[in-house]
Amino acid sequence: MAKIKEKNERYSIISAFLRGDFLTKLSFLIMGASNLFRGQIIKGLLFLFTELAYIYYLTSAGISALRGLRTLGTKEQSMVFDESQGIFVVQKGDNSMLMLLAGVVAIAVTMLFLVIWKANINAAYEAKNLKQQGKKLPTFAMDVASYFDKKLYRTLMSFPLIGILLFNILPLMFMILIGFTNFDHEHQPPGKLFTWVGLDNFKALLLTGEKIGKTFWGVLGWTLIWAVLATFLNYIGGILLALLINREGTKLKGFWRTIFVTSIAIPQFVSLLVIRIMLNDNGAMNSLLQDLGIISRDKFLPFLSDPTWARFTVVIVNLWIGIPYTMLIVTGILQNIPKELYESAKVDGANAFVTFIKITMPYVLFVTSPYLITQFIGNINNFNVIYFLTAGGPLSLDYYQAGKTDLLVTWLYRLTTGSVKDYSYASAIGIMVFILSATFSLISYRFTASYKREEDFQQ
Amino acid sequence: MSRYRRMSFNKFVRNVFAHILLFVLSVIWLFPVFWIVLTSFRGEKGSFVPYFWPKSFTINNYVQLFTDTQQFYYAKWFMNTLIVAVFSCLLSTLYVLGISYALSRMRFKMRKPFMNVALILGMFPGFMSMIAVYYILKGLNMTQSLLALILVYSAGAGLNFYIAKGFFDTIPKAIDEAAVIDGASRWKVFTKITIPLSRPIIIYTVLTSFLAPWTDYIFVSVIMGDNYDKYTIALGLYKMLEKEFITTWYNRFAAGAVIVSIPISILFIIMQRYYAEGASGAIKG
Repeated sequence: MAKIKEKNERYSIISAFLRGDFLTKLSFLIMGASNLFRGQIIKGLLFLFTELAYIYYLTSAGISALRGLRTLGTKEQSMVFDESQGIFVVQKGDNSMLMLLAGVVAIAVTMLFLVIWKANINAAYEAKNLKQQGKKLPTFAMDVASYFDKKLYRTLMSFPLIGILLFNILPLMFMILIGFTNFDHEHQPPGKLFTWVGLDNFKALLLTGEKIGKTFWGVLGWTLIWAVLATFLNYIGGILLALLINREGTKLKGFWRTIFVTSIAIPQFVSLLVIRIMLNDNGAMNSLLQDLGIISRDKFLPFLSDPTWARFTVVIVNLWIGIPYTMLIVTGILQNIPKELYESAKVDGANAFVTFIKITMPYVLFVTSPYLITQFIGNINNFNVIYFLTAGGPLSLDYYQAGKTDLLVTWLYRLTTGSVKDYSYASAIGIMVFILSATFSLISYRFTASYKREEDFQQ
Repeated sequence: MSRYRRMSFNKFVRNVFAHILLFVLSVIWLFPVFWIVLTSFRGEKGSFVPYFWPKSFTINNYVQLFTDTQQFYYAKWFMNTLIVAVFSCLLSTLYVLGISYALSRMRFKMRKPFMNVALILGMFPGFMSMIAVYYILKGLNMTQSLLALILVYSAGAGLNFYIAKGFFDTIPKAIDEAAVIDGASRWKVFTKITIPLSRPIIIYTVLTSFLAPWTDYIFVSVIMGDNYDKYTIALGLYKMLEKEFITTWYNRFAAGAVIVSIPISILFIIMQRYYAEGASGAIKG
């Protein structure tokens, strides 16, 4: 009990301030003071240097960066007549994008500083307590050693966390903020400024009947249809294939399995690009069909060039990609179904179809329902299949910068890397995809429950 | 007697039918593989030929892929990808193992919040932040370099801890505690006990992170731009199929695809055992 209380106290800044002595209170202002004056020189100096570095950063760049965040620039780049040269020259204006980025960095640096500042308070208060109790303070070497023992998690997580912060969290914060600006093709820095517009992008996507709104609902609809079709057809196909290979009478089970695994072992971009070329209007598939006399010489099947055909084609080709994966996973599950269930069904005179519907499917469905939902989310974000096969095309005139097979994610990709760059809409679409994924994930976590009760599974 | 025979005859028919079906499916699944190998040995140039079976065979496509280096330098792309794959796989594995161990074995205040944040980050489309990553790299003056690729591929690795953590969770804690009582530090427990017990999950992590750079297209295309010398295989092969190159490079694309697919397929087949285990482990939590 006492231990818990002591621990709680350590983490409360207010109690540290109220109960701390003068040196502890000084540490609130001058970081490391408590450690420095109590003999933990290196630790104290490290805190002090952090504070000095942060203050230097604030005065040299940080404050103006934070201030710039509010307006995102006021001075637009313009042409000014240079009298001495007798020509118009470009006068540099504010770069909204760099200002936004600097602002996000400044916020991140400040948050990092606050974490260290808090650690400084803890260290100061701890040093005071130990001194009061007449105990010896840990030396710097002992502090370091504790980072390989009790505080090992800090050592193990520090480098990965820096990576995550720099290449995941920072960019994501930046991109999310862009969703609330008008950073589209008409407001591209350095030539033009962009600024905050609140929820306008989301309104344009969701509520207005403009072209972009129509595109959003159209693409969203297809994304959901695609995700449902791709997930369930692959799932059922994979189960049937696994059953076919694992049925009693099938010879050479390992051989058949290897054949299907080989097809997914090839890098996806290779197989998908190859299939794209094969399915071209004058590609191998049409040549083959002509050779076989199924279609006449001057005709072809528009596998990828007609909107409706293309939609069917991507679903079918996705079966080619996905069925072996499901087969691999379901095979393991099938081998775990208790044999007694089948035997008692046989005694009751059930035929193969009834056993499949009544025993196999419920069992497999029960075990794989979380997998099914992750697959569904995966398919909402299935970039590879669509991008490499059709690149979202065929393009449609009713759509804003999108094609008939575009998913939300491939549309997002086109808006950020294509010729017309609308980062603001791209970001808003990304946030919508997040909301979709989050909704379905929540459902899936209710299914598994293992996330909440993880301790139960540990031994 | 006759009833038995009829039953076994039915069974025989069903077996034959099943095998025929499997054979047809195998042909469908191997068809693109077969066709790309065929194309890589095709003697006639050109992307789209109005017939299926090649008129002549040659190995020149393979030779030229390595000798004709004026436009594209396939061997160099291969080396680039290998370098990126080796380093990012080393870093990623260290990151994943470190984070997974900390989350599985140690209890600290930021543990649950971190796991929740990781969960949320995972729900945003991965390349949504790509453009911002590009500008950050530009700020660090690192675009169009292999180092940037290594950093980008390994940086997020710490977020993929679920499978390895699930594995660590299954190692009995009693082993750790016994070692701690004997005076071992946490670091010793991690390196001398947990790591040696985790061979399957290490192999799985190493292979998945090694394979990623070979198949990624999105990030390389944004980071490398038009610097052909720094391309990786995936981006390079994609480039060969663009309108201005496809006529000359089409057969060599096929050859290049075959070459890169062989080692990747072998690694994947080694990994599939762990893949199935990992996926079912993820289901169990």
